[in-house]
Amino acid sequence: MAEVLDYFRKERLPSIWCPGCGHGTVTGALIRAIDKLGLDKNNIVMVSGIGCSSRAVGYLDFDTLHTTHGRAIAFATGVKLAKPNLKVIVMTGDGDCAAIGGNHFIHAARRNIDITTIVMNNNIYGMTSGQYSPTTPHGMLGTTAPYGNVEYAFDLCELAKAAGATYVARATSYHVTLLEELIEKALQNKGFSVVEAMTQCPTYFGRKNKIGGAVELLNWIKDGTINVKAAAALPPEKREGKILIGELHRSERPEYTASYLEMTSKVQRTYNDYKGGNRGCELNSD
Amino acid sequence: MAEQKKGYFHIIREKYCKGCGICIAFCPKQLLVLKNGKVFPERPEICIGCHMCEYRCPDFAIEVKPIVEETNNSADVEGLDYSLPPEAHHA
Repeated sequence: MAEVLDYFRKERLPSIWCPGCGHGTVTGALIRAIDKLGLDKNNIVMVSGIGCSSRAVGYLDFDTLHTTHGRAIAFATGVKLAKPNLKVIVMTGDGDCAAIGGNHFIHAARRNIDITTIVMNNNIYGMTSGQYSPTTPHGMLGTTAPYGNVEYAFDLCELAKAAGATYVARATSYHVTLLEELIEKALQNKGFSVVEAMTQCPTYFGRKNKIGGAVELLNWIKDGTINVKAAAALPPEKREGKILIGELHRSERPEYTASYLEMTSKVQRTYNDYKGGNRGCELNSD
Repeated sequence: MAEQKKGYFHIIREKYCKGCGICIAFCPKQLLVLKNGKVFPERPEICIGCHMCEYRCPDFAIEVKPIVEETNNSADVEGLDYSLPPEAHHA
């Protein structure tokens, strides 16, 4: 087993993340999952957008792409279609993925393109000083919600599941071993895989909501979540208001790049063997 | 059996540590302390090697490794065992 730090650009560490920020924990879990699977560094492309969480790729020694706000999955789709043999991993935040990049997220899930997306959900826009995001829970405070958030939060896992992702899971930066396990399964899944990692933002979310620092936030996350297997055995009143963690959805569907290549080669064959006629596109021919 | 676990030791990267206290709070044996704003293993001998500090550290500042001790200390690089008389190698 290689050292975890071998996967990092060591000259760029320590990271710029605040003390106690959970994004580093998620990055570490991802690295350990990659290390466990024995994936080749040179066959992995990391794509990220803008935000605290998207800083992660700057510290990782893979082929990385730091793109515009919300467009990480759009760029990743391009990479995957150009080079389908590469492993494409998107590291994105809740604002990046659910707000400005929400459209790309649902359409990548609809296509079931072979991309592993890790959404680091810290419930707030941390980089721009704590505005409420689409995943800020109802009633919680933020810089732009001084009297409590009026809106209701997105359930990103339900969204991904409904849009057609074939692997959907959720873990937290408290449940690190579970997170590592789920990321490992997501990397092995052929299709669009989403792992939502709930993380803590002590600087804005914890401070604005008077929860406390990183440790108190991690305990708050722990108390607010319940494993999906444990929840199945509990009566509904006991799991009310709790967020489910664990593997939430898994299904089988044809993968987009494979279907696309199959279609391309079929059309090329029809064209190369052309002996007159309308080449099988009756409806379109003039 | 050439290797045997003799407890654990901690690699602390003080340059990376930001002193957030996550490892200290979630250590089941409470063996880590904060010293000058950086983590310090005060009682490393009671470590059970659960790696929770290492996994939860957001800044990759702490690592737990098992202390491995060679039981056959007399073996050198050539694999010659000097505890045996020299004739034994030519037998």
